Amino acid sequence: MTVNATACPQALAAMLCLALPLPAMADAGSRLWATGGVTTIEGSAGGGLVPWAVLAGYASDEEWGGTVTLSRAEVDDFTLDVTGAAVNWRNRVEISIARQTLDLDTLGSALGEDELSQDVVGLKVRLFGDVLYGDYGQWSLGLQHKRQREFDIPRTIGAEDDQGTDVYLSASKLFFAAVADRNLLVNATVRGTRANQGGLLGFGGDRNDGYEAVVETSIALLLNRSWVVGAEYRQKPDNLGFATEDDWWDGFVAWVPDRRLSVTAAWTNLGDIAGLEDQQGPYLSLQGSF
Amino acid sequence: MTLRQGMIILLATAALLGGCASHQRAVEEALYQDLGERSGIADIVEDLMYRIVEDERIAFQFKGIDVVQFHTNLTDQLCELSGGPCTYSGRAMTEVHEGMDVTETQFNALAEHLILAMEANGVSTSAQNRLLARLVELHPDITHR
Repeated sequence: MTVNATACPQALAAMLCLALPLPAMADAGSRLWATGGVTTIEGSAGGGLVPWAVLAGYASDEEWGGTVTLSRAEVDDFTLDVTGAAVNWRNRVEISIARQTLDLDTLGSALGEDELSQDVVGLKVRLFGDVLYGDYGQWSLGLQHKRQREFDIPRTIGAEDDQGTDVYLSASKLFFAAVADRNLLVNATVRGTRANQGGLLGFGGDRNDGYEAVVETSIALLLNRSWVVGAEYRQKPDNLGFATEDDWWDGFVAWVPDRRLSVTAAWTNLGDIAGLEDQQGPYLSLQGSF
Repeated sequence: MTLRQGMIILLATAALLGGCASHQRAVEEALYQDLGERSGIADIVEDLMYRIVEDERIAFQFKGIDVVQFHTNLTDQLCELSGGPCTYSGRAMTEVHEGMDVTETQFNALAEHLILAMEANGVSTSAQNRLLARLVELHPDITHR
């Protein structure tokens, strides 16, 4: 493109003076591409396993928006399906819902039950800061209220309650041109929880019945404005005597062709679940934003 | 994993953050070259201005400006900010934006158009990010004034 220093500014002047009202941009909000994260298995905005301080979708301070998500993790002996939706009001408050269904692929016949299921209602409030522009990043406080839909199996294995509420504090910050001149997003979350395997095996147990503080972290490198790679770690309580519970890990690639769509593929390691060892497998998530 | 091991990971993350922050501040003259020097920056700014005009989120904030002066000032500013041999001679950012009450939505919209203008002018992702790293420092001087 060449500059025509005399003609172009005049054309611009004419356009600026008119300042014609133009149709609204057909887009899903004003925050920059990929900065809304994706949707966790619990419905809150974040990575796949770890909630971040960012709020769902792309709504900025004069806007509202939201996301809808379908996700599936197929580990060795279980399959987790998640359907979720979230709304974001002015990049201040996020309200989310998610339904998780865990197919008991291997254990099903022995237990006489095909699946475990729970609903999660989430609330996240941005306390202060901005993930891109804040010196101290962005800080948010969140709640996830989880309710079992079929409690027979969790009760049998020693879970105390069929519902529970996680509380978490998240900090997220994007560092521009941080690694090989790529932008690096770093997240740290501290969660108070009584949930067993995220709540799918109930809340509290014979070994520990109280709240425990666990640490969850994610890093994500934005290769450009449509490709993101990263990894996550989520510490877990270990409340049930019948089987040990492990921490979770994943490595992911997300494709964000524009604000309306994201596709996330991951390899997840959920460790031992209900006595079945080393549960690993692929994870796929589709998210639409509005 | 124990809580102690978790805290170690958290501290390692914090150490990583510190390292990144200092890298971000490192002086880098190559940016000016990567933006195509002053003529390349002038092209980007011109492209940016056309995009602003077409965006109802922000066009009204620019209504009535001296377009030639704006183009010169912003080009000089980006040139200087990227390590080029220019001197921004406009008013201070806080003064320019006084009373405009620039919202986050508007700031984001402008950032988006700048990125798209750089992209359209063949600026690499690397150079885009390095310029943005310097521009976001101006965020508090521009918004909510």
